[in-house]
Amino acid sequence: MPEDNRFHLAIGSRFENIELVQVVLNDSLERLGLDSDARHWVDIAVREAVANAIKHGNAQDPSKVVEVDAEVDAGELVIRIEDQGAGFDPGQLSDPLAPENLLKPNGRGIFYMRSFMDAVDYGSRPGGGTVVTLRKRLAGPQAGARSGS
Amino acid sequence: MQLNTRQKEGVTILDLKGKITIGAGDVELRNAVLQAVNDGAKKVLINLSEVTTIDSSGVGELVSSYTAAKNRGAQLKLVNLPPKVQDVLTVTQLITVFDVYDTEDEAIRSF
Repeated sequence: MPEDNRFHLAIGSRFENIELVQVVLNDSLERLGLDSDARHWVDIAVREAVANAIKHGNAQDPSKVVEVDAEVDAGELVIRIEDQGAGFDPGQLSDPLAPENLLKPNGRGIFYMRSFMDAVDYGSRPGGGTVVTLRKRLAGPQAGARSGS
Repeated sequence: MQLNTRQKEGVTILDLKGKITIGAGDVELRNAVLQAVNDGAKKVLINLSEVTTIDSSGVGELVSSYTAAKNRGAQLKLVNLPPKVQDVLTVTQLITVFDVYDTEDEAIRSF
């Protein structure tokens, strides 16, 4: 997102590639003026989304790609993570705070995304796959920037 | 993630360093706790002071380690949580599940 406030990254479905996303994203967010705390929480949310795309979307098939797009538009950081899987129904999620789920080893990823971002939306991509959109309002000097500006 | 195991006053202490994230330390943590418990440890303390990042997989492994220890008659406690790790455990209310201590001495005395 250096000059035109956007970037695109396509990675194979391997967990180690999450680190690549983190490095590129962190660099971009730093240039946008986000402080280290804000970058950390965005990083956690994106990690969860990319991990889900690799694990549940693409079933860790390394030939399938996860695409990460980020842009700043009207003072809002918008990050989209797309997989090539069979799709996903967020309505099927269980509540990780329910007493019966508290000690389950999984089921917290989307909850963390929603905790650390302002909005998380799920959709389908043409031809199959899930699109997760993470949004975070920016308070710094980039708040008034528009993509492509 | 780097993991070091040491003994102090009858407590098995696991010092973790770096990221506990999917594919980077999550399974390693569970295996280390299981090994300690299977070797007879009854008091296990996880020192998180140098953990920089934890994701839901890392949290899941902490939970799995906690229940595995409990099921084998051992106690697992946490010490030296960095603020961001504490925040991650707090939002999912797990901070109320784990026994958490500020200092190693305090944690050791609690067993």
